[in-house]
Amino acid sequence: MSAVIEAHHDDHDHGPAKGITRWLYTTNHKDIGSMYLWFSFIMFLVGGVMALVIRAELFQPGLQFVEPALFNQMTTNHGLIMVFGAIMPAFVGLANWMVPLMIGAPDMALPRMNNLSFWILPFAFGMLLSTLFMESGGPNFGWTFYAPLSTTYAPDSVTYFIFAVHLAGASSIMGAINIIATILNMRAPGMTLMKMPMFVWTWLITAYLLIAVMPVLAGAVTMMLFDIHFGTSFFDASGGGDPVLFQHVFWFFGHPEVYIMILPAFGIVSHIISTFSRKPLFGYDSMVYATSSIAFLSFIVWAHHMFTVGMPLAGELFFMYATMLIAVPTGVKVFNWVSTMWRGSMTFETPMLFALAFIFLFTIGGFSGLMLAIAPADFQYHDTYFVVAHFHYVLVSGALFSIFGAVYFWLPKWTGHMYNEGLGKLHFWLSFIGVNVAFFPMHFSGLAGMPRRIPDYALQFADFNAWSTVGAFVFGISQLLFLWILVQTIRAGQKATTEVWEGSEGLEWTVPSPAPYHTFAEPPKVA
Amino acid sequence: MTDHHAGNEAYYVPHDSKLPVWLALGLIMFMYGFGSSLNANADGSDASTFLTWAGFGVIGVTLYVWFSTVIKENHAGLASAQLKRSYVWGMGWFIFSEVMFFAAFFGALYYVRNFAVPWLGGEGEKGMAGQYLWPSFSPEWATGTNPSEYRPGPAETMAAPALGSSWLSYLPFWNTAILLFSSFTIHWAHTGLKAGKRAMLTGWLAFTVLLGIIFLFLQVEEYIHAYEALGLTLESGIYGSTFFILTGFHGFHVTLGTFMLAMCLVRVLRGHFSPEDHFGFEACSWYWHFVDVVWMGLFIFVYIF
Amino acid sequence: MMSKLSSIARTVLATLCVFAGAAAVAAEYNMPVGVTDVSREIQELHMTIFWICVVIGVLVFGAMLVSMVLHRKSLGATPATFHESTKLELLWTVIPIVILVVMALPATDVLVKIYDTGGEDMVVEVRGYQWKWQYKYLDEELNEQVSFFSNLATPRGQILGQSEKGENYLLEVDNELVIPTDTKVRFLLTSNDVIHSWWVPDFGLKRDAIPGFINEAWANVKEPGVYRGQCTELCGKDHGFMPVVVRVVPKAEFQQWYAAQLEASATEALAMAN
Ligand code: HEA
Ligand code: HEA
Ligand code: CUA
Ligand SMILES: [Cu+2]
Repeated sequence: MSAVIEAHHDDHDHGPAKGITRWLYTTNHKDIGSMYLWFSFIMFLVGGVMALVIRAELFQPGLQFVEPALFNQMTTNHGLIMVFGAIMPAFVGLANWMVPLMIGAPDMALPRMNNLSFWILPFAFGMLLSTLFMESGGPNFGWTFYAPLSTTYAPDSVTYFIFAVHLAGASSIMGAINIIATILNMRAPGMTLMKMPMFVWTWLITAYLLIAVMPVLAGAVTMMLFDIHFGTSFFDASGGGDPVLFQHVFWFFGHPEVYIMILPAFGIVSHIISTFSRKPLFGYDSMVYATSSIAFLSFIVWAHHMFTVGMPLAGELFFMYATMLIAVPTGVKVFNWVSTMWRGSMTFETPMLFALAFIFLFTIGGFSGLMLAIAPADFQYHDTYFVVAHFHYVLVSGALFSIFGAVYFWLPKWTGHMYNEGLGKLHFWLSFIGVNVAFFPMHFSGLAGMPRRIPDYALQFADFNAWSTVGAFVFGISQLLFLWILVQTIRAGQKATTEVWEGSEGLEWTVPSPAPYHTFAEPPKVA
Repeated sequence: MTDHHAGNEAYYVPHDSKLPVWLALGLIMFMYGFGSSLNANADGSDASTFLTWAGFGVIGVTLYVWFSTVIKENHAGLASAQLKRSYVWGMGWFIFSEVMFFAAFFGALYYVRNFAVPWLGGEGEKGMAGQYLWPSFSPEWATGTNPSEYRPGPAETMAAPALGSSWLSYLPFWNTAILLFSSFTIHWAHTGLKAGKRAMLTGWLAFTVLLGIIFLFLQVEEYIHAYEALGLTLESGIYGSTFFILTGFHGFHVTLGTFMLAMCLVRVLRGHFSPEDHFGFEACSWYWHFVDVVWMGLFIFVYIF
Repeated sequence: MMSKLSSIARTVLATLCVFAGAAAVAAEYNMPVGVTDVSREIQELHMTIFWICVVIGVLVFGAMLVSMVLHRKSLGATPATFHESTKLELLWTVIPIVILVVMALPATDVLVKIYDTGGEDMVVEVRGYQWKWQYKYLDEELNEQVSFFSNLATPRGQILGQSEKGENYLLEVDNELVIPTDTKVRFLLTSNDVIHSWWVPDFGLKRDAIPGFINEAWANVKEPGVYRGQCTELCGKDHGFMPVVVRVVPKAEFQQWYAAQLEASATEALAMAN
């Protein structure tokens, strides 16, 4: 017989505590999940405002709004905040909410550490943002912070930046450990590994990636710290080091990092496509193998970000071939999704729209990724807006769209309320149009020769940039609509049913909506 | 519904806890304070020093309370077999993350030795760098010189002497022996614990802690020697950089490990741990073995080769 | 049903081709063909890969659109129940691998060629500074013969919008790098401070300039002209304001120019010595 043991003995089904302490002291995976999600949404708005500053400055040639020094801080912090503050915590929030529900566990394996992982983040990002108000200005060396621009030539605030990365990394590692322990140890009886929902699978693999590479990032910033404050010469040729060493260490982290931001998205999309096609996911097993292959390959492709640093030819070739290979397992996933839809019975609610747009636009981003992987061609693309176009297609219309989809998909389960479908669709279409108008022209400005990370540009890039800016503002402002939809749903949405969606499949749809504060005190049996 | 002392499959969900927020707060105080102290450099502002230590204090107290809570829950029989498995997974993957942290520094060492330094010394596919920019730099490892004359290299390095009797006066050799031996002593302590032989447990555990302390003492000796006699410092170029970051972080981990084992010793003396249930002890011993393995890597790649 | 399907597929294909074709044709929307063999080969490679991606895209998106159009609940579609096929999985693993090999072969060729820096006719050192370039013409023993800095020449007023922007806004310098046509010029790139990157799109040449290290690259330009590029590695505040301008002139003209430079630097050296 199984049961939940409560540390305190009085009431048997206690709900959440009252007031602010509920959030400060909670050990409940749903509360912590909600906090992660809200935190990431706030960070998304903050990072988004920085993007709008960038886009406003780039609307026309010439310097209009910000000085180059501030522009660089905007670019840097936009990248950092979107990656570490918005996308990653959003996925961790979704994992917190959904993994226990999906595997029939009462909570995460280590609930107190779970709360610690979360609460580190607001402090860490508070520290990072505070650097923008310091005398020296904030980090201005790009989110990839290449040495020696980020060491010898960095503003004083770099020390706080380094420690913020340390803290965010520690938070991620703890979160990942928690997720692994939960998945491996807390599954309901009968739920074998190969019966796990795809989202759980993708997160399991993502968690391994996190544990493997976040410490390497910590190592990279630690070496920076030593070069800056303790006189070492890791990244300084005059003492026998090499600036390129920094890039190798950074990208050993950085490339798996981009898959950390896409694998959970693959999981989400698998659920949504299958639900609204009313068909089981095609090729479940091959999805698992493909995800694992992507994760494996992600460790041996890092130097495709460094084709122009002048690696020896053999290295250049190796990294080109290995990178190209990633198209194969990724293709398997795309084909499986299409086959899942094939001869299904599809409906097009908001989550499905986001999932379909994901497949469409992520694949386009994947194609441009493949073009970048061709080393000689990358000599032309590298550090131009072609790269910026590539990664916004995979990150915004990829990772971010999957998060939007996931929120619409599970919001009824979280809140017990249905969102307004009409407004949801409006949000989708505005976002879809905004994203494409903002980022598609970047392919052209990149091919035409516009470098990234510049506050001003030559006249031939003017039209593309004007379009991008218009699209960015459309996209950005439609996110305020999203905020409004969320608030509306929570406050006054219609009651949602237990199943919520007609074709829904999985344990999370067997508990009432909203999911009670404590679920699965008794582990469900999985056939 | 809540069956308090259910069998194996029981879940344990702790109720609200103040500990995590406090720990997060302590961490940020510490980091912010430490960061400001580093930036202040010369004038070393009092406020930042205070913040650093206050943060340190908060971290220490919180961790103390946290571990006491877990131990108390354990003694009260609240921790289910499942929760214990989660601790095992947790510790295992935590150690793996530490391995990857060291991997970054080992990777850096590998890179500079096989690529950067030869290139700067005019050898290899990109030797043009040395031929054109640093014609007088010789790429021998361990480097006694640096590409730029403005960065004086060490007079001598820590490289191992040729095999033979001189090894007896070579400190790292003794340090290796000590750490290797300590892996056995901690294992014997564990054996004693499992067999219910408390004296054996206490004795070998105490001895392991002692070995840890001796190791640290010798390591400090060696650092003083490096700084004062050899001129081998953090500032003396890439050899010093890799040497100190690897041995330094290792030493830091030994310090932590020794402290953890000392805490285990205290708990043993208080009668904690049973032959069946002693993951707290096991986790510390895993950690100790890990610290040992890292040292073997260090000894081979930093000192010998 | 089949005919409807294929007609949809054909329409989709045709539409996409028109779009893609239009994009490919209009040069301002595409990678420049450039003026060296390497840049031309890169551009061809780029187009090959692009078209392969277009075809795959048409197939994948086509299938997706077909099922979105036909297999919808509102049309009364009932869901099928199939959910795996080892044969299909194998097929769509093997075929992409074959396609990738087809892409990798020409890519390898071009890359090997780019890396062949030997057999040069002259050597120029390119050195990045925050925020300008320095060019040094070297002799066979790599001794410096002529050297000068190359700064942005666009007036501040144009940048701040106080005066009208010129044709080569932000892409003009005080001293251009001058090289002869039909000459294999070997570049040694390095930097004095942070990492910069020297890029001339029309040469298909972009390589990082890394402090303390040397990167090698080469170009052999057939057509005289002025070619403009920019620093492409974030190098601090004025990263956006350190353009690269190369003037390629016929050999004879270059000799003349170079002789004048040599003389000028000799008199300068003399002046310094006195
Ligand atoms: C979610 C994030 C994400 C994802 C998923 C990817 C996916 C890929 N990326 Fe991307 N990438 C980034 C985020 C991401 N990237 C970021 C942030 C940067 C810039 C960092 C910076 O410098 O700031 C970057 C930069 C970047 C570069 C460096 C460019 C440069 O700076 O010069 C390269 C080069 O190889 C690259 C390649 C790829 C490849 C090959 C894939 C592949 O995984 C794509 C695979 C998918 C497909 C190919 C489509 C689907 C497949 C099929 C339909 C099958 C059939 C297809 C074929 C056989 C062709 N990426
Ligand atoms: C995961 C990631 C992610 C996301 C979601 C985005 C989102 C966006 N990004 Fe991107 N971006 C990166 C990751 C991401 N980005 C990275 C890694 C870089 C590289 C950085 C570097 O070079 O170092 C980059 C760089 C980058 C550049 C290049 C900068 C340069 O090279 O100088 C540009 C330029 O247009 C850009 C634009 C945008 C835009 C318009 C959005 C939009 O999608 C944003 C839309 C959102 C909003 C606009 C918010 C809505 C809010 C409001 C409307 C206001 C409400 C305000 C309050 C209530 C206070 N980004
Ligand atoms: Cu020099 Cu960018
Ligand atoms: Cu990558």
